[in-house]
Amino acid sequence: MKPEDPDQEEEIQRQLKGAYPAIDTELHRDLWPAMLRRIQAEPARDVPWYDWVLAGCSMVLLAVFPKLAWLFAYHL
Amino acid sequence: MGVEQNSDLMSLQERFAKGDLDAFEALFRQFQGRVYAWIVRIVRDTGIAEDLTVETFWRIYKARERFDPAADFGGWAYRVATNLALSYVRRRPREQELPAEVPQGPAADPALRREEREQIRRAFRSLPAKFQVAATMALIEERPYQEIADALGIAPGTVKSRVYRAVRMLRKQLRRTQVHS
Repeated sequence: MKPEDPDQEEEIQRQLKGAYPAIDTELHRDLWPAMLRRIQAEPARDVPWYDWVLAGCSMVLLAVFPKLAWLFAYHL
Repeated sequence: MGVEQNSDLMSLQERFAKGDLDAFEALFRQFQGRVYAWIVRIVRDTGIAEDLTVETFWRIYKARERFDPAADFGGWAYRVATNLALSYVRRRPREQELPAEVPQGPAADPALRREEREQIRRAFRSLPAKFQVAATMALIEERPYQEIADALGIAPGTVKSRVYRAVRMLRKQLRRTQVHS
């Protein structure tokens, strides 16, 4: 990485700061009510994708080899 | 941070990891302002920043079972927030203008004409999102490299390199449009 000419970097910085005026970073309202609404809208329980894959594979195995049901039953 | 405050935070984090909603609310109230301030600096739109702040905490809440109570909650929140803001910058239309009314703060450099400012913004928005974010935080917001690096989960040297490349690309673009002499 070649060193950038500091004057040129400062010039770009000056132009950027001119083009993007300072923004107010203060939060002016409490976001907790919005957060709570989001939580309350949460589905009962998120099932991870790998559980769905496992369930799918089990169903396919059972369809192809129905006798495996005995093995599954033994393990339950 | 005092020892007592630190142990309070640790206890909140432990309760949060166990799924205690009151602990999550306390953490939310403690960090929402800082997370919002970080996001709004990147996306420069107050409405979007509020939405992304809620989204950040929503993701944190969903991942509560995987959270190590001994870990730094604030650092985690900053990283989630930065990734969401980065995704937003990536998806944002290149030509989208800034909101007409930018909330308080020092006025724009009057020496820069409106047209020039628009050209600079357009050129800046044409940069890859990761360069935009690094340059925004380092050059416009003047945040320390270490802080930016922590939030992005990269080394400070990588932040410097992104800023350097952003400056070079921007200078090239602006030369083409004759804004930068």
